Amino acid sequence: MAGDPTINRGPTDYSPQELMVVCAARQIHDGEKVFVGMRLPLLAFALAKRTHAPNCIGLFEAGILRDIPAPRLLYTMGDVANITGSLWATRMVNLMGLMAAGEVQVGFIGGAEIDRYGNLNTSIIGDWKHPKVRLPGSGGAADIASLSQRLAIIMQHDRHRLRERVDYVTSPGYGYPDEHGPAGKAWRQRVGLPRGGPAALITTLAVFTFDRENGEAMLQSYHPGTTIEQVQEQTGWKLRVAPDYAETVPPSAEELRVIRECDPEGVWTR
Amino acid sequence: MSITYPPDRVLTTMSEAIARYVPHGASVAMSLALEPLIPFAAGHEIIRQQKCNLTLIGPISDVLFDQLVGAGCVAKITAAWVGNVSEGLGHCYRRATEQSVPRAIVTEEHSNFTIALALLAAGLGSPYIPTRTALGSDIVHQNPTFRQEQSLLDGTPLLHVPALRPDVAIIHVQRSDEDGNAHLWGNLGICEEAALAAKDVILVAEEIVSREVILSDPNRVLAPSFKVRAVVHEPLGAHPSPVQGYYDRDHRYYHEYHQRTRALAGFQQWLDEWVLQVPTRAAYVAKLGEERIRNLGVKGHRYAAPVDYGY
Repeated sequence: MAGDPTINRGPTDYSPQELMVVCAARQIHDGEKVFVGMRLPLLAFALAKRTHAPNCIGLFEAGILRDIPAPRLLYTMGDVANITGSLWATRMVNLMGLMAAGEVQVGFIGGAEIDRYGNLNTSIIGDWKHPKVRLPGSGGAADIASLSQRLAIIMQHDRHRLRERVDYVTSPGYGYPDEHGPAGKAWRQRVGLPRGGPAALITTLAVFTFDRENGEAMLQSYHPGTTIEQVQEQTGWKLRVAPDYAETVPPSAEELRVIRECDPEGVWTR
Repeated sequence: MSITYPPDRVLTTMSEAIARYVPHGASVAMSLALEPLIPFAAGHEIIRQQKCNLTLIGPISDVLFDQLVGAGCVAKITAAWVGNVSEGLGHCYRRATEQSVPRAIVTEEHSNFTIALALLAAGLGSPYIPTRTALGSDIVHQNPTFRQEQSLLDGTPLLHVPALRPDVAIIHVQRSDEDGNAHLWGNLGICEEAALAAKDVILVAEEIVSREVILSDPNRVLAPSFKVRAVVHEPLGAHPSPVQGYYDRDHRYYHEYHQRTRALAGFQQWLDEWVLQVPTRAAYVAKLGEERIRNLGVKGHRYAAPVDYGY
């Protein structure tokens, strides 16, 4: 599990995971309530707390509410260190209930597959009845995608993961156009979702935002060292590029310092 | 029906508790606090007693459900997530679903919130709970128990999550008295919902303490002891998952399990070494060894301030 020693890593020598954590943390605005998912989001919350969003509050579905980062690296949200200094250790329904009631501004999840409308699959690749690959399932992901005000998604970028259409919608994004209307926020309203939808898709190559009117992902920025052409090559739909697209702002020395302090052995970031 | 009081003594051994309260075909709720307090000792005894055709109920299970599936004990999973939280996919769950090895299983898909609501509904005596979560997802199409209805209040779409009543909930707690009055602390997940929903409850406790200790802090009690059929004293019974105030998560175990169980033969070797050839939890603890256990132990105690229940 432990990666390379971090001692010699410099501010221009960051890993794709470190950049994703930085991009994820930047989605959190100060003072917001954040539903924190497994793995990289655990670090993104800690980074945001220690940099630009010192007043954000984290909700962890296992039943934990925090306003300070855990005192050491978390492998899982249920680690003993995540209880230490928490504001509230409680039942899952209380935290999911807060989110259902609209209290959570931003939620984070990962995914195995996503499509151009931000629908995520973490359940089944192939046919439902005869799956080619059985993935773990929703966990809390479908709930976070349904109930948070904004959804941020973090995942590995490659062509078989960013698809025109996913095999199974575990976590609803902006749905699909159908005979009743377009994808996007109108679709979410049609199916009965109370709010929300994907705001950002953060990958190993790029950051996408979404057009909520038709639900489509738009390339917002490509990471340093990649090009739009390379992003297109690794994306299973024809890219739509945001009018104000740019290169992703690389991690600052301070952001990297905090990440490496939180994850000194590179468990999640190498 | 006669009511006896005081209740029968419920303190018993793991082998007796599983033999009596987890029959073949039972629906068993476990791993209810999510990553911590997973009743691995109980799961391993279920495997040793070769229980079969079980339905496993839980939110996310970390690797315990994977182990029970790999051992052939399971016919059906009613859960939100089955895998290895710090490592990724569950290899046994994949083999069972993709190749019917060692047997075919059915999964009734949930999200964490819907499984919580299903158990909450049962505990409330409510036939279902309406929610807006997961609408538009394929989970609502795939789970045959769900119904999509229009709200009687405003006509908007709702998901009706029907009550789910497990035959038995197996819950790991920090401490219990001999009658099943128990304290659990840390994050609670859906332990309380499951205890109230299940017909029977088995508690597995790190420590057995006096009734006076439990009653000194009734706000920390998990559920009414009259639902508890068996209390098992099993120190380190949740290893490799953590127990707040007792031991840390053994991350290495999850990594090794993930590596060793990629292929079927590897899983069978692992199962033999860590479950089938280890007759009791005491033998398992001895196999772990003193150094590993010491490394997982509490490094700094953090006691809560006492509260005053006086009047």
